[in-house]
Amino acid sequence: MPYTATRPVPAPTPDELRSRVPGWGADLDPADRPAVPRERHDLESGAHWLEPEQQPELTPRERSIEHERLTPVFGTAQPPKGLSGALKRLAYARFSEGRNAHWLLLVASDRVDAIESHLASLVTARPDEPLTQSGVRAELTHHGWRSRVGRGRVDVKHAWLDPVIVAGPWVLAGALAVAATRVALRR
Amino acid sequence: MRAMEYRGPYKVRVTEKEIPRIEHPNDAIVRVTMAAICGSDLHLYHGMMPDTRVGSTFGHEFVGIVEQVGPSVQHLRPGQRVMVPFNVYCGSCFFCARGLYSNCHNVNPNATAVGGIYGYSHTCGGYDGGQAEFVRVPFADVGPGVIPDDISDEDALLMTDALSTGYFGAQLADIAQGDTVIVFGAGPVGLFAARSAWFMGAGRVIVVDHLDHRLQAARDFALAETVHFGEVDDVVLHLKRLTGGLGADRVVEAVGAEADGGLLQHIAGAKLKLQGGSPVALNWAIDSVRKGGTVAVVGAYGPVPAAIKFGDAVNKGLTLRMNQAPVKRQWPRLMEHIRAGHFRPSELLTHRFPLEHIAEGYHVFSSKLDDIIKPVIVPTAA
Repeated sequence: MPYTATRPVPAPTPDELRSRVPGWGADLDPADRPAVPRERHDLESGAHWLEPEQQPELTPRERSIEHERLTPVFGTAQPPKGLSGALKRLAYARFSEGRNAHWLLLVASDRVDAIESHLASLVTARPDEPLTQSGVRAELTHHGWRSRVGRGRVDVKHAWLDPVIVAGPWVLAGALAVAATRVALRR
Repeated sequence: MRAMEYRGPYKVRVTEKEIPRIEHPNDAIVRVTMAAICGSDLHLYHGMMPDTRVGSTFGHEFVGIVEQVGPSVQHLRPGQRVMVPFNVYCGSCFFCARGLYSNCHNVNPNATAVGGIYGYSHTCGGYDGGQAEFVRVPFADVGPGVIPDDISDEDALLMTDALSTGYFGAQLADIAQGDTVIVFGAGPVGLFAARSAWFMGAGRVIVVDHLDHRLQAARDFALAETVHFGEVDDVVLHLKRLTGGLGADRVVEAVGAEADGGLLQHIAGAKLKLQGGSPVALNWAIDSVRKGGTVAVVGAYGPVPAAIKFGDAVNKGLTLRMNQAPVKRQWPRLMEHIRAGHFRPSELLTHRFPLEHIAEGYHVFSSKLDDIIKPVIVPTAA
């Protein structure tokens, strides 16, 4: 196909498209597009304040060092705790969002949080149950086999990784526990 | 109250939590009647988003009934049926004053790079979300909207994120009459973006995915041409051939951090979390758009760096446009489209799970079982 100034694959006419697609061209005029222009000063947000009142800080709230103050409103769910909490506080207090250390510390603290929380759950009336919490029962009730096999799904090729990621840390922790017990018994 | 609780990567359960309370004078407490699991919730579920704490309740797509309002709330009252945008925002900061509601500076102490989002990690503000019987809704005079009588809960639920984000994505792409538009991803956001591209005057719409039931929805719901990227040798080359060798005028990337199609990128980004997501679809978007074209990104990525083909984007003179959707700005026009009968968004709701079966709901959605497109969660008290 020669490279010319015309569109190589012409579009159907507006009449053809209107007859085929309900609503075709209804927002053709950018003035009908609610996100255009991107920045607008004439929108009524509903705010009846120039500056929002400050939510009380009942417990110390970690914040990005890029913020000069605690934001007027903030979430209070799951305050930092334990070793993971210390890592999170360090990430927020020491590194800006422009530093990889900030994010990598937070990612690492999440893994520590998972381990801490699983261990802590073992001494509660409701310990973690990895099997039921994974929802894997749905494989039987929602056609696990039929949904995957013969469907041309690209993700099936690496699906074997998922149980390794889910069960791997548990198997590793179990192996370490067995090894530690053996060492203790030898002494 | 009963609430979904994250217990670490790939693990969730239902637990008993305290009913949230008014913590700021402009808060409301909403009794959730219907919530959804978003594709981006799966990034949390898979442990990809930094500072996702065990014990968190996810859920940024929900509708419900106002249960209680704080002393400064003027526009809402208990008993009203409301839809709540996924954005938590103040309506008055530098960014909100410019309509950038998803970029509010007053609601997220944990980060300046992202606004507040319900149930979406502490990186997005540390708010518990709506996959629960009750949820705290800050700035009740700004975010929530009363659902009109002629709009169903199901359509309203989709307007809280997926529909608004897809519609916003098509707008970001700057579509002009007759443009060829490629949409990567046939999840709910991609399907809504593809359907919306026609509203903007697209001449062709091509949807790319690897799940056959979603490609069928792209044909039936979005009235689009489809490409199964697992069935072609080289998807970029295939798309170039389909567009006369030039590439598409506009591309919408509606896949985000867990894109498949490049094993190395997928494992590094989605499985081992060594980068802020797998940018396979984003790189395909850069490669398959024409020179001088626009790539609109509404797929969700983490804040850690990712391997993007930026050189090609520069050399092709691309316009890259992206943001989280400022949801409430989309509602009036979307309701006009629904009332005009242009489409029925709730056609994409394929599954309902009681809150008590939340673990199964996440597994089915994450593993794409049972031809799922969009799951709804129904709390016990609803």
